[in-house]
Amino acid sequence: MHGVVDVKEHAAKSSEAPSGPLLEVRDLTVEFATRRGIVTAVSKVDLTLGKGETLGIVGESGSGKSVTSYTVMRILDRAGRIAEGSITFSGIDVAHAPESEMRDLRGREMSMIFQNPRAALNPIRTVGAQIGDVLLQHVQADPRNVKHKVIDILKQVRIARPEDRYHAYPFELSGGMCQRIVIALALACRPQLMIADEPTTGLDVTTQKAVMDLVTELTRERGMSTILITHDLGLAATYCDTVMVMEKGKVVETAPAERIFRDPQHPYTRKLMRATPRPGITLKDLLPEGEGAPTAAAARSPVADAGAPLLTVENLVREYPRQGAPSAFLAKLKGKPLTPEETIFRAVDGISFEVKRGESVGLVGESGCGKSTTSTMVMRLIDPTAGKITFAGEDIGAIPAKDFAHHPMRKRIQMVFQDPTESLNPRYTAARAIADPLLRMGGYSGGAKLDARVAELAEMVGLPQNLLERFPHQLSGGQKARIGIARAIALDPDLVILDEPTAALDVSVQAVVLNLLEELKQRLGMSYLFVSHDLHVVGLLCDRVIVMRQGRIVEEGTAREVLEAPKDAYTRELIAAIPHPPV
Amino acid sequence: MTLATADTQKAPGGLAATLAHARYVISDNPVTGIAFGMFLVLVVCATFGPFIVPYDPLASDTAAALQPPSAAHWFGTDNLGRDIFSRVVVASRLDMAIAIFSVALVFAVGGVAGIASGFFGGWTDRIIGRISDTIMAFPLFVLAMGIVAALGNTVTNIVIATAIINFPLYVRVAKSEAAIRRNAGYVQAARLTGNSEWRILLTTILPNIMPIMMVQMSLTMGYAILNAAGLSFIGLGVRPPTPEWGIMVAEGSAYIVSGEWWIALFPGLALMFAVFCFNLLGDGLRDIVDPQRRT
Repeated sequence: MHGVVDVKEHAAKSSEAPSGPLLEVRDLTVEFATRRGIVTAVSKVDLTLGKGETLGIVGESGSGKSVTSYTVMRILDRAGRIAEGSITFSGIDVAHAPESEMRDLRGREMSMIFQNPRAALNPIRTVGAQIGDVLLQHVQADPRNVKHKVIDILKQVRIARPEDRYHAYPFELSGGMCQRIVIALALACRPQLMIADEPTTGLDVTTQKAVMDLVTELTRERGMSTILITHDLGLAATYCDTVMVMEKGKVVETAPAERIFRDPQHPYTRKLMRATPRPGITLKDLLPEGEGAPTAAAARSPVADAGAPLLTVENLVREYPRQGAPSAFLAKLKGKPLTPEETIFRAVDGISFEVKRGESVGLVGESGCGKSTTSTMVMRLIDPTAGKITFAGEDIGAIPAKDFAHHPMRKRIQMVFQDPTESLNPRYTAARAIADPLLRMGGYSGGAKLDARVAELAEMVGLPQNLLERFPHQLSGGQKARIGIARAIALDPDLVILDEPTAALDVSVQAVVLNLLEELKQRLGMSYLFVSHDLHVVGLLCDRVIVMRQGRIVEEGTAREVLEAPKDAYTRELIAAIPHPPV
Repeated sequence: MTLATADTQKAPGGLAATLAHARYVISDNPVTGIAFGMFLVLVVCATFGPFIVPYDPLASDTAAALQPPSAAHWFGTDNLGRDIFSRVVVASRLDMAIAIFSVALVFAVGGVAGIASGFFGGWTDRIIGRISDTIMAFPLFVLAMGIVAALGNTVTNIVIATAIINFPLYVRVAKSEAAIRRNAGYVQAARLTGNSEWRILLTTILPNIMPIMMVQMSLTMGYAILNAAGLSFIGLGVRPPTPEWGIMVAEGSAYIVSGEWWIALFPGLALMFAVFCFNLLGDGLRDIVDPQRRT
């Protein structure tokens, strides 16, 4: 059963089956008691999940997708309660079952994979012991054979050298590896239902692909049902049979995966689909129909070619002491001094590139490839070990990072940070955050002139004036992103470094922010250095793309060349790993 | 899980919003309300104590010595016939003053040292860390005794001694909180906008760790009162006949065996009341000063 049938047909079919569907949710309404009264997080949700089926719940933040799944497992916050509706899981009334029964059910019959694998593992116990605990808890093993069974499970989740990794602590494993351990934990007792809540957010695309392939394979092998909660339509399209789209606590559309992309019925589904970056489109295509009609693909003029180099990086190197290196002192005692390779780790290994005036350059790679280290050095927050950074004719690499805060060049290089929430001081209002660079370096000293400039900047980034007196926690992700951008452009910089500025945003917000960045670039004539792991997003905004791996540049070329005809095998692998809706 | 409530909220309007928030926190956690009530009682006693008490706390009346609690003397009288209720109320000013000044001193010195230690790391951290380790190596009360004995028996020296023994606590809390925020996005952003490191430390890091420091200050207030009373109890610090809770307990302790329990009990209860109040207040205060909780 792979859910290619229509939902209604499917429901009819499963009611004929002797056992019925595995999970049936009817008219589910969940309410939360907050200080401003009752808030309905989920209203009138229906869903049916048959044995062996995979259901994708797609929606943006606040759509109620996580609350729905938490309610199914009955692990809601204290403030939340099921106001209405029924949840039936293989004949058990979950909404009214006693807590003792639920405890038994969780882990054995239904289990969950959480978003952040590292947070889901106990940092001070070995992964083997943690999997063993689950087996013992649910009487799937006894103390004598538990180790053997755990190693079996580690093998199943494709962990290399499972005997060694049995004794590993979570911090010794990579993010992808940790997620595999979490999957091993979730699957340890062979549950019938697995809920994966954004299981690959924060993982690299190639790791994401490996993890999702593994989940699909294991669940198929065991005839398990899966609910995949994600904000990524592409991911849901690639791995689910049925897709349910949620908006503001309501289900707007449920359909088989193929059909929802071929023929989306609801306007919200269409909007989400449009906003998902995919090959062969322009920035304007991301916006909903009617907003910014798709202009000619040449909206991004190749004027950059004429520009003079603004930033030149030559043979840039950054070394760090290798963690867990054998002690140099002990090695000397043994008479075998350590080689540099043993003690030093090169995060950035001799890279050279340039950014011209008015040009956008994308710096792409997976975590640990050195792209952030590179951008931080260009930003002059850390010092390079070797190499030269020339900005507007001046060798800024030679100025120590700690003195650069007072250097006149400081205001010409600015940055938009990855996480809009984390990069805003919780104690500053929006207006104060935007005013900060103006006060420090812009020669402003408060008063009406400052207020006018802040208001002008807010207007440029499309931030409503009445939000200027709010604190970050009173604003949405998109609004916070706009504040971050306003702060970066406040001093009219020549170069803005964008460090995954949309990674923490919903796709529809990402679409708007990317368009805003492009518009600002044209208006103010800035250059961008766009650091990202997502080639599709980079392709939309950038003229040229640099692909990095293990501290070196593996490929460099125009965005079109790299995306459409990648020369390097690694680039091809990166592009292939990005899930996207069938177009 | 995010509920889209923030957008429906009106922008905060200064004092009114703070009061509304305080009301919400108190209604959410009645214990905080009780703590604030207790605090108010202490403040009233400390401010208006000498004007509201029925008797002069220093006037002795040997005819009325060692009387048990009655309508005329609510807490009874001591061996010199002084009214214990009046003495307990008047003593609150001195005890509160010692606590407040010592906490303010240790916050200014220890808090800033701790933030610098966490923020700069390296040698700054090593030097400040070793200083606080050295202080921690002594039994703290014995250290306070030593300081007061060496510097002289004055209220100022009690304040200094109390601040010194609390120094390591402030350093550690401030250090760990500052270290977490050292490379936070908003600190990096502050660097990019041209703030110097010291300015970041004082205008960005310090306000953000204030909620935690407030809790710490409230807790050490109680501890400081106990410490001051302890020093007076063993005869260091405040001297008789000044009304002070520690001395009063010390004076009364001799009479417990002979049955005059009230002399030591009521100042003791006052001490307990104050310490309890500051401990409860710590939690409530954090909820009110932390803007993150204002959702």
